[in-house]
Amino acid sequence: MSAVRFVPSLIVALILLFLALPIVVVFVLSFSSAAYLTFPPPAFGFRWYKAYFGDSDWLDATWLSLWVAAAVVALSTTLGTLAAIGIVRLPRPIRIFTTALVLSPLVVPGIVIAIGVYYAFSRYGLVGSSMGIVLAHTCLAVPFVVTSVSASLAAIDPKLEHAALSLGATPGATLWQVTLPLIRPGVLVGALFAFITSFDEVIIALFLSGSGAVTLPRRMWDDLRFQLNPTIAAVSTLTIILTALLLAIAHLIRRRTEQLKNEKGDA
Amino acid sequence: MSDSSMTPSMRILGGRREWSRWRRDIPWLTPLLLAAPLLLYMAVFYAIPVVSMLLRSLNDPKWSLDHYAALPSDVVFLKVLWITLSTSFIVTLATLMLAYPVALALSRARSTAPLILIVVLLPFWTSVLVRTYAWMVLLGRHGMINEALMALGIIEQPLRLLNTTLATEIAMVHILLPYMILPIANALRQIDPSLALASSGLGATPWGTFRQVTFPLSMPGVAAGMLLVFVLALGFYITPAMVGGSRDITLSMLIAQEVDQLHWGYAATLSTLLLAVALGLVAIAQLLPGVGNTFRTSK
Amino acid sequence: MKEASGRSALPMGDGCLRGASVSLSDLERSYGGVAAVAGVSLDIQSGEFLTLLGPSGSGKTTTLMMIAGFQAPSKGDIAIDGVSVVDTPPYRRNIGMVFQNYALFPHLTVAENIAFPLKQRRVPKVERARLVAEALELMHLPGYGGRYPRQLSGGQQQRVAVARALVFKPRLLLMDEPLGALDKQLRENLQLEMRRLHAELGITFIYVTHDQEEALTMSDRIVVMNDGKVAQVGRPEDLYDRPCNRFVASFIGESNFLPAVVRGLENDMVVAECGGVLLRAATSQRLAIGAEITLATRPERLRFAEQLAESDAINRIAVTVTESVFAGERCRYLLKTENGAAMVLKEVSSATVRRRDVGDRVEIAWSVADTIIV
Repeated sequence: MSAVRFVPSLIVALILLFLALPIVVVFVLSFSSAAYLTFPPPAFGFRWYKAYFGDSDWLDATWLSLWVAAAVVALSTTLGTLAAIGIVRLPRPIRIFTTALVLSPLVVPGIVIAIGVYYAFSRYGLVGSSMGIVLAHTCLAVPFVVTSVSASLAAIDPKLEHAALSLGATPGATLWQVTLPLIRPGVLVGALFAFITSFDEVIIALFLSGSGAVTLPRRMWDDLRFQLNPTIAAVSTLTIILTALLLAIAHLIRRRTEQLKNEKGDA
Repeated sequence: MSDSSMTPSMRILGGRREWSRWRRDIPWLTPLLLAAPLLLYMAVFYAIPVVSMLLRSLNDPKWSLDHYAALPSDVVFLKVLWITLSTSFIVTLATLMLAYPVALALSRARSTAPLILIVVLLPFWTSVLVRTYAWMVLLGRHGMINEALMALGIIEQPLRLLNTTLATEIAMVHILLPYMILPIANALRQIDPSLALASSGLGATPWGTFRQVTFPLSMPGVAAGMLLVFVLALGFYITPAMVGGSRDITLSMLIAQEVDQLHWGYAATLSTLLLAVALGLVAIAQLLPGVGNTFRTSK
Repeated sequence: MKEASGRSALPMGDGCLRGASVSLSDLERSYGGVAAVAGVSLDIQSGEFLTLLGPSGSGKTTTLMMIAGFQAPSKGDIAIDGVSVVDTPPYRRNIGMVFQNYALFPHLTVAENIAFPLKQRRVPKVERARLVAEALELMHLPGYGGRYPRQLSGGQQQRVAVARALVFKPRLLLMDEPLGALDKQLRENLQLEMRRLHAELGITFIYVTHDQEEALTMSDRIVVMNDGKVAQVGRPEDLYDRPCNRFVASFIGESNFLPAVVRGLENDMVVAECGGVLLRAATSQRLAIGAEITLATRPERLRFAEQLAESDAINRIAVTVTESVFAGERCRYLLKTENGAAMVLKEVSSATVRRRDVGDRVEIAWSVADTIIV
């Protein structure tokens, strides 16, 4: 009855293999004992993880990226959540304009944003400082927070807010005691996506990090330009694991809210 | 006039009444105040920087349209534009062909759907740099693909795969696949399942149902995916720079080179062009029925 | 007309269609061990208007889906005109079907929707256009061919769905709650229209609904389903006057139930005692003295006793009025018998009829023929 029969599963499996293969290869390679890139590795070991953890340059870059990402999460989540709550209630023309502005970093080519902030920030003396990177990354992270929070807001029954108001809660109290708790899962998921966005970002970092604020992706990029050794595989594997963990958390948050919703529905 | 210049917090009781009257007269005042910090932030750290940089295309060194007027006769620019457009086009088509079967499987399969979703989403969220690096490893002279082909006796000498246009295209397809799969799967999921039943009941074979009902109804997803992938492909920088051939210079790479040499006017001109094409395509996408929200839900 | 191989011919002339006969034997469908339909056996006559009636979850839709071929039976057989179709895919069964929410293709116009089944059957274009126009005419929709489904009202969409299901002249039409989404007035109009179509076309209709009134007004026969099983099959008046069990008696129409004990038998008449009062009912069953039974009567068949003369053919019982509700054409009284059983009496309202007040102690009566043992 369904068209699935006509899409042989084999083709789908091959395409999925194409999607997964590079990540698997990087993962396997990171445990290679060889001094150069060869696949499959002649033997396995933690040689490249030791190289990574023993190199203060790599560790500094990692700490800086984590710090920058954390700051981006704080900024983008605060600004983005408040804005999302406001935007849905704006009259249509203003809402369309603000939504377009806030979501535009998703489609404006990365290089245009990167050289734009480079051009302006070099005048404010923000090039080569982690502050500059935080400020620019926040712009890239905000769309994820806003979309995630907006989705949560759209799922709230407006009757709940009306009920709170009719029960005597001021608009502020309604926001704080009813709306925010209800959208908390959306805020958390947005925060996780904001973290990943900043942690993985390369192009802005290339222009803004100078020599004083080298993030992990920037360090990887520099390394890749000159040599191809498996340290990068180890670093990549670690970032993949971190990303996967964060995605798993996001997934759990979503599933839990859905479960809660269903339980409420049943009762 | 004096009233409107005072903020509500400056007033005591009488002011509170004033404030609530304002809120009644202008119901979007509170929402606007909530959105204001972000809008201000985006203006200062994103919109104004980008726009002021783009303005350099008009005022470097003096106000004129000279930079734009020079483009049609600029051989380097035309070549780069051609490479960028043709690569994006090829990548978009290849992505569509690989994405549709996966999207179909994703929307139909019940037991395997979560697994498929993981395989699609994990690379999606893995950094472009890491994925590009993976392709460097796979496509290298002694990379896995060459080694495998040699072990199978298909080739004797390693092929030159890395630093070719093909390498760029393969890596870009890999990176952009999820952007095509998700909107199509989304469109497929939104099709009322009773339509396929009705089609079948009215005498259409499974292939007939797919061709006449399922596929046409998934077109909004296909259109959204194609536009999104094409727009993203236009701006690619990291991947072509790392795995592409030495002559495969994309618009983004040319812009970065010009900025390195502080040719701001030229770089800004190219950026304006790139941005205009990207935003133009997104605007078209918004006008297509059923595509409007794709850019919100993607990624 | 050229006949496409492997497909049935499409007779064009009206009146040459005979409805298909359908027989279900011991049909069963279970999901993970839970039976949605269990042991359903039915013979549906050619040209019959048969309704599957039941509450949600009773298995009526599942039964319909199995006839259409969208679900395979776990057990049992479905035969159309004596030929088993269990292994025939839905697109080869040649059955018209109207879906609950119509399932009109949103990307096709009304005319293209109606032409869809003809296209699948490789009907030539010219012929297709003629048949579509004919179908639009039949459903009073001429001029709507170029519109898209979303531009039509609910009632119009419903008629397009019917036109699409009939245009290829199937000999069997299945309808799954086709009027469920419409308002009452429109629903009543379309019910009449369905009856007209059925009479005009002479093909077999199988209709699924949970609305007993709809089932009663439209059907030749009704199959009442409950818990995946057939509770009773019969003509509407049979089901109403002679429900065979308590479920049917309460699902179709309203019923008063009086628990009673059999005290005596006279010919095909049973005398039962209910709280010290003797009541009579006709039965063909053999009941033992002392057996506990339930007597059922319809509220509108009860009368206040002074309106009826004393007779053997009348049951009487003393009650107290506990509530009196005026509902336009009828007055509805809630009553309580001496031993505490609640009863409902409906009386046609009229200026000449005296309204009873709460607390009035009265005697009510009803015909023995309207007394059913369930």
